[in-house]
Amino acid sequence: MSEASSAQARGLAKWGLNLNVVLVLVFLYAPIVLLTIYSFSGARNPGQWGGFTLDWYRALGDDTRVQDAIWVSVKVALVSTVVSVVLGTMAALALERFTFRGKKVFDALLYLPIIIPDVTMAVMMLLFFTQAFDLLDDWFGLRIAKGFATIVVSHIAFNIAFVSVVVRARIAGMDATLEQAAADLYATRWRAFVHVTLPQIMPGVLGGALLALTLSLDDVVVTQFVAGPGSTTLPVYVFSLIRKGVTPLINAVSVVMLAASLVLVIGSLFAQRANEGRRRREPAA
Amino acid sequence: MSAESLDPLDVVDPAHEHHHLGEQVERRLRKSERRRGLLLALPAFAYMVLFFAVPLVIVLVYSFATRTSSGSVALSGWNLDSYRKLGEPIVRNVVFRSAWLAAITTVACLVIGYPFAYFTATRRPLVRNLLLVSVMIPFWTNFLVRNYAWRLLLSTGGPISSATEAIGLGETDLLFTRTAVVLGLTYSFLPFMILPLYASIERIDWRLVEASRDLYSNGWKSFTKIVFPLSLPGVIAGSILVFVPSLGAYVTPEILGGGRETMLGSYIVTQFLTARNWPVGASVSFVLMAVMLSATIVYFRSGGKNL
Repeated sequence: MSEASSAQARGLAKWGLNLNVVLVLVFLYAPIVLLTIYSFSGARNPGQWGGFTLDWYRALGDDTRVQDAIWVSVKVALVSTVVSVVLGTMAALALERFTFRGKKVFDALLYLPIIIPDVTMAVMMLLFFTQAFDLLDDWFGLRIAKGFATIVVSHIAFNIAFVSVVVRARIAGMDATLEQAAADLYATRWRAFVHVTLPQIMPGVLGGALLALTLSLDDVVVTQFVAGPGSTTLPVYVFSLIRKGVTPLINAVSVVMLAASLVLVIGSLFAQRANEGRRRREPAA
Repeated sequence: MSAESLDPLDVVDPAHEHHHLGEQVERRLRKSERRRGLLLALPAFAYMVLFFAVPLVIVLVYSFATRTSSGSVALSGWNLDSYRKLGEPIVRNVVFRSAWLAAITTVACLVIGYPFAYFTATRRPLVRNLLLVSVMIPFWTNFLVRNYAWRLLLSTGGPISSATEAIGLGETDLLFTRTAVVLGLTYSFLPFMILPLYASIERIDWRLVEASRDLYSNGWKSFTKIVFPLSLPGVIAGSILVFVPSLGAYVTPEILGGGRETMLGSYIVTQFLTARNWPVGASVSFVLMAVMLSATIVYFRSGGKNL
């Protein structure tokens, strides 16, 4: 009898476990899917269904403010990603392959932007630029305003840290003997880097770049603090719209942002797969 | 050859000298390696010092400054007023509300996420990877958009409200309540809970469970005595990873709480952008950072680095 009840309890547990998985998946995806569906709704109330339409996407095509914001976002993301990938990769190589004075401090400094809340980061950058611009004005009479450059500088400041963490993880799992072999065979340092090190760490560099792009395109809080009147990124502009209320136009913009992130997700999954493929092949070699 | 030259000391000496020379070369090599490492690190190092460490110090300095009547900051008359303000009822309420909402969010994520992680970790590789990817995708999608999606779902006359009305439960009006904020935070940070939980459960040696079953333990007992204790590092890591960003959340409470359920993040932003009390904003953000930093140190101590 106790066996029957324990079998019953087991069946119940299994059933509950399955149900939970289904519910979690619905919880994770239903909001995104519904948002996409409603962006094609013809009703003026963005939360109601009123027949299929592409009007809101057409309206998006005519909205110059949205387009300006998209353009700023893309430029900020690209510039900050390129700079942070170069600096972050160099930092990762230095930390994994060399010892030098101040290494521990540098290591800690590179972890901080990951840990720090974005509100604190926003406050830091605002106070820094205010103070720095005041000083430049006092000393040299230079008048600089917040805008594109301040956004890029701030994004690089948090992206370097994320890129270096991703690249370091890749270097740590890498075989150092190949580089030594290249050196033994009289390869110059630069040639050894280009032909041996770089191809090996490439999946990590790509992963870091995709993470940097995502973070840059995601950021609202820091950008809101350092953006000038002339330049706002898409998330900051959309955030200011959302606070005023929900509109069908925001639905359409959101779906565009969603599509952009999906492209990045798929890219990162491929980068990850390349990473794992390599790792699987290495022990055999 | 004299007998003296056979003296062992004479034989050793040149070798010793040679050894000495090798040491010198080695030391010089090591020195140049060090210089190379520093050179490689220098651009990022300099950038982080100028655009991260210096701003951090400025925040700390501002938190001791005085606010002038015009709302600007006087960098003189250093005092602890803005830290004293943390004890005032208004700020204390914001702190308690933030901690409470972050705690509920953490528990909600744990309750939903644990069974999911357990299920995922005990499947065959294909199903396992599919489930993991399905958790990763929302994690990578735009944060603002994910929160906006809930704003749309919860809006008056929106999908959820109409659905509950159709079932006969009446209209639901959840938007701009604490429930909405917790829902949004749970939705935002659930992957942070599931991934470390999965990592710790996946690593469990299931032979231990088999052994316990051989010793007539029932399933529940095996779970509470073996599986759960072994997954504890994942529970701690996941809880910190959810609690910490929830505590400092800004976007979610603004969108789903409508500014009515002020949390620490919103409070700080208000101090800077509308109230113009920079010293108070600086002190609150510095304290918030200190809390997160200590939580992270606990996380690494609990073996989080391996997850």
